[in-house]
Amino acid sequence: MIEFILNKRKITTEMANGVSLLDFIRKECHLPGTKTGCREGDCGACTVMEGRLYNGVLKYKSIVSCLTPLINVHGKHIVTIEGLGMDELSPVQQSIISNGATQCGFCTPGVTVSLTSHLLAIDQKDPLQSIGGNICRCTGYKSIEKAAHEVDDLKNTIPRGNELKSIIEKGWLPKYFSTIQQRLSEIEPYQSSDDPNGLMIGGGTDLMVQQYKEIRQTNIVSTEGRLPDSIEIEGGKIIVGGGVTMQSFFNSQVIRSEIPQLEEVFPLIASEQIRNMGTLAGNIVNASPIGDLSILLLALDAELILENRSGISRQVKLCNFSLDYKLTDLKAGEIIKFIVFKTLKEGGQIGFEKVSKRTYLDIASVNSSISIVVENSTIAHFSYSVGGIAPVPKYMFKTKAFLSGKKLDIVTLKSALEIIQTEISPISDIRGSKEYKRLLVRQLFLQHFLTMFPKIITPGEIHMLMTNKQIPHEKH
Amino acid sequence: MKNIDSYGHVSGSSVYVDDIPEITGTLHAVPIYSSVAHARILNIDITRAKNAEGVVDVFMAKDIPGENQIGGILPDEPLFAEDEVHFIGQPIAVIIAISHFAAREARNLVEIEYEELEVVIDPREAKKKGHLLFPPRTFANGDLKKGIEESEYLFSGSVESGGQEHLYIETQGSYAIPQENKKIKIICSTQGPTIVQKTAARVLGLQMHNIEVDVTRLGGAFGGKEDQATAWAVMAALAVYKLKKPVKLILDRDDDILITGKRHPYSSDFIIGLDKDLKIKSYEVTYYQNGGAAADLSPAIMERTLFHATNSYFIPNVKATAFSCRTNIVPFTAFRGFGAPQAMFVIESAIAHAARELGIDKSLIQERNLFKPGDSFHYGQVCNSGNAMKSWGTLQSQYNVEAEKQRVREFNLNNTFLKKGISIMPICFGISFTKTPMNQARALVHVYQDGSIGISSGAVEMGQGVNTKLIQVASAAFNIDYSRVKIESTNTTRVANTSPTAASTGADLNGKALQIACNEIVDRLKRKAAEILQADQEDIRIKNEEVFVGNKASGLYWDELVETAFLSRVKLSEVGHYTTPVIDFDKTIEKGHPFAYHVYGTAMTIVHLDCIKGTYAIDSVKIIHDSGSNVFKSIDRGQIEGGLVQGIGWMTLEELKYDNKGILLADSLSKYKVPDIYMAPLSIEISALETDGDELALLKSKAVGEPPFMYGIGAYFALQNAIEAFNPNYRPNYDAPLTPEKVLLGLYEVK
Ligand SMILES: Cc1cc2nc3c(=O)[nH]c(=O)nc-3n(C[C@H](O)[C@H](O)[C@H](O)COP(=O)(O)OP(=O)(O)OC[C@H]3O[C@@H](n4cnc5c(N)ncnc54)[C@H](O)[C@@H]3O)c2cc1C
Ligand code: FES
Ligand code: FES
Repeated sequence: MIEFILNKRKITTEMANGVSLLDFIRKECHLPGTKTGCREGDCGACTVMEGRLYNGVLKYKSIVSCLTPLINVHGKHIVTIEGLGMDELSPVQQSIISNGATQCGFCTPGVTVSLTSHLLAIDQKDPLQSIGGNICRCTGYKSIEKAAHEVDDLKNTIPRGNELKSIIEKGWLPKYFSTIQQRLSEIEPYQSSDDPNGLMIGGGTDLMVQQYKEIRQTNIVSTEGRLPDSIEIEGGKIIVGGGVTMQSFFNSQVIRSEIPQLEEVFPLIASEQIRNMGTLAGNIVNASPIGDLSILLLALDAELILENRSGISRQVKLCNFSLDYKLTDLKAGEIIKFIVFKTLKEGGQIGFEKVSKRTYLDIASVNSSISIVVENSTIAHFSYSVGGIAPVPKYMFKTKAFLSGKKLDIVTLKSALEIIQTEISPISDIRGSKEYKRLLVRQLFLQHFLTMFPKIITPGEIHMLMTNKQIPHEKH
Repeated sequence: MKNIDSYGHVSGSSVYVDDIPEITGTLHAVPIYSSVAHARILNIDITRAKNAEGVVDVFMAKDIPGENQIGGILPDEPLFAEDEVHFIGQPIAVIIAISHFAAREARNLVEIEYEELEVVIDPREAKKKGHLLFPPRTFANGDLKKGIEESEYLFSGSVESGGQEHLYIETQGSYAIPQENKKIKIICSTQGPTIVQKTAARVLGLQMHNIEVDVTRLGGAFGGKEDQATAWAVMAALAVYKLKKPVKLILDRDDDILITGKRHPYSSDFIIGLDKDLKIKSYEVTYYQNGGAAADLSPAIMERTLFHATNSYFIPNVKATAFSCRTNIVPFTAFRGFGAPQAMFVIESAIAHAARELGIDKSLIQERNLFKPGDSFHYGQVCNSGNAMKSWGTLQSQYNVEAEKQRVREFNLNNTFLKKGISIMPICFGISFTKTPMNQARALVHVYQDGSIGISSGAVEMGQGVNTKLIQVASAAFNIDYSRVKIESTNTTRVANTSPTAASTGADLNGKALQIACNEIVDRLKRKAAEILQADQEDIRIKNEEVFVGNKASGLYWDELVETAFLSRVKLSEVGHYTTPVIDFDKTIEKGHPFAYHVYGTAMTIVHLDCIKGTYAIDSVKIIHDSGSNVFKSIDRGQIEGGLVQGIGWMTLEELKYDNKGILLADSLSKYKVPDIYMAPLSIEISALETDGDELALLKSKAVGEPPFMYGIGAYFALQNAIEAFNPNYRPNYDAPLTPEKVLLGLYEVK
């Protein structure tokens, strides 16, 4: 039985636990404000807020209801556009109207909910990220952007500490929000049937797209609540729980201080709603050759701690985990309990690059990640992964072997480029022709070095390499 | 005035088709369609599907009581394929079940045997094989041969522009409900209620009065629900006819994207001739419109392509020919701009190509050839406006184009891997349906005895704000507060024989009809007021809900006036009927005066390009737009920004890819990318070119739905400009969209 609070109302349902929250809201609860645009997480029309207790404290974030299985809302507060209604319009609603940020209106409930959760998501500083997952085909976005900045300005006026309470007191959210924390704490944990054949689901952002039909007809098992969702640092290792979402990974203090370089690239991965749902483990098990987290974690030489039903665990290197297209070393009944990687060495650097047709909220054409330590201009450590050019997220063993121990200069990079081209085998598909992908791999490889070692590898040299010009000191 | 629907939108209470509370017993329909692009149907076996859980029935061609035909302009499109299928997604049957899910599941149980036939997806190949949807047309003026002789330079080339998925966020949908006496009511997300009504009647073999179509609002349309909403509505109506139960058919996105028509891809050839002063002397252009498998609206779209062959430029000797090529793809359809963007992209490419060959700035050619008053369009209409040059000139002065160009050059000198590009894009777009009979509209106005007002018209609200404009018109006509005016749904029983809300004409046509109706009633009320106040009717005015005699307030207020009028049996309802004057077009000579007026404007686009990754962003777009009186400022601004960004999408990211078997590869939102908030220009500045407007425009405010789309073409040329700044070897081919892939390959192209 699944219990949660939908807006004001306590819901108890015996429905199949894989039914999508969107269908439940619209068809069972007759709340039509939440719209159906795509059913694959890509438009944001179905966005709702999810409130959840973290150590007893209520926090909200935006999610797409189309990809949320009911099992994942147990014990939570789900807020639809109807649940934001008050006698007066909220400041979010007002600023959408006053900026003319709605035309046909079909995206508007989603935009309104996303912006409201921006107000509540204290970690999120960038209002555009909060609505980056909402597609509007009418307005051209400038009006939405203005509204978003107004909401962000408002957010900055909220005193720190117990922001939710202040927001309710200001009348920006309905009064009933103040009872939710208490009411949620009264809901018992989910009694999972523990069906051994039950499909395992994390955030559902891959599975609900790929296998919705099966999911809505069978009993599924969720990693949420069962797997650790914290990020610890211990003995030079970072240990990420199998339930950690992309967003909590990116927002974690550990990651932000250990790999600050990544802050800029996080927004390129999926959208706020999807990051709020999708887990790192799911990204790895989904085994897409282009998975951004897989590529990043490969370069970090991550290892997986797998556990089977009997509680027996084993450890595999991520670089050996993907076997073939969408085929992994995961045995039936196994889960990823932890993802572990070493902290960066002194002077170590990590880079992640991604190019997709649309810069944001798009699957990469090619992505690429490097972790590197250079000591006395020699490459002391080098790990490199590339996505989109092989049946699996590719760990570049050959290039790694070639570069390790070499002097870092443009001549070395030039030779490495030749090796790289022999190590990849892109095919032409919707994400680009193979020629394009080959070119991109080269470009991103060089971009890494340009970003990390602008003193050693100059733009001028890179330019020469890219435009096939003779490199002056190539002879020696 | 803000969009009157805003309140409902932000609170989630605005109602779209799929939001209507379902009547108990409502059934759900899902279309069954062809999975191959061209084949003979050997056998269709529906037994397993029919016996599946929850399934009520399956209907096919043989179940149609009337005519199996939904073609709007030409009768070449069956509702359900019978012997042959001509594209992937062509409907073959409709399955009805107790739930949408059950219907979708059972659909997989339908077994269809095909004998596959040759698939053609390329329009030029289709043309070679003689596969045309209808005869080609040629628009010409002057003497092309003479023009070529007078040309110092001649350049030729080919241009490709891709299709475009509408991606209205609300998918197609209808809810059909049986009424008494065999009548059927269809609540539908359509731009063309009358098209739906007429086609449903035709297919069901009924008179039109048996079908009522009702439309409250659409969650986006952009042309995609002008003709293409019909099939789904008719299928639902057919099921109602057969089963006497309410039936709902809402397309899932994966179906919608696969089986509904999109913007036409074009392949074109041009020869452009210029004299030594850069005056364009001759322009010959041939368009191969990829029409898809049936005509749909292609004849009208092709016609508009021909009308807009020269964009904002006066060219004395033109020959423009268009072929609508039949291919094995879903029939292409209306999309904002309606064939004009494709034509404009060709002429702009021709000019860009000429400029490149001559080693000069493209703007020099553009500027020298803009329309002046007195010039005539190649289809005979005389240009009566100087707004092409005026908008160009205002852009130059207001936004200091030369200084911007200099800044771009300097930026490019100082940056190795970041380059900027700049372009100027003028537009000229004709307003009217090019089919003259469609330029008519009606509006029904009721003044209720308490002084409140209800309006029905043929206009459909789809986010473009027509309802808001109509309220503004009515409250201005009566001189009363907005809050007294309500717009009713668009319903064929209240306003009949409507033209679709399209061609940017919705507000002009319906607004003018509304003005006529309002003015009639105002006259009657004034007469009554004159009687009550014993004054001369000439002296009566209504101002802010009060009657004035001359300048003197009379103390007689609107409510009282209306009530008195009612009690003395004054007619307080009226139907206004409007037809656009002066327009006509003679197809036998392809000459006439097809447009009520033209909308002009000029945009400057600046982009920047990451030359390592081939990725780009639009920095700014600055627009001088000919809006006429600019009384609908807020709404028009939204239309301009929205149109622009959609145009940018068409030119950059939005790529419909078909393989050679006719399979759409970009078949979901994860593969077909429309602009997101980051793809919108970092800044958009819009200035209205305040002009006298046009008498034929509503409140002299010119139509705004489509023209701004074409400002987006500027993004293409700005990007090319940036690529050229990085790679001197770049040989641009004019092949839109200019995706990051094409950009990167262009950046590193070698000679
Ligand atoms: C709109 C959209 C945009 C996206 N954009 C991106 C993007 O930019 N980059 C990117 O890389 N991905 C993207 N994705 C894909 C997806 O979000 C990620 O792959 C995500 O990390 C998947 O995690 P999940 O928890 O949602 O997986 P689920 O869908 O829940 O599960 C995926 C698979 O992993 C298994 N699984 C989940 N958790 C575990 C576990 N702990 N142990 C064992 N097996 C497990 C499931 O059984 C299933 O087979 C996008 C998806 C959507 C819908
Ligand atoms: S419906 Fe599009 S994201 Fe859920
Ligand atoms: S207002 Fe129509 S999709 Fe945003």
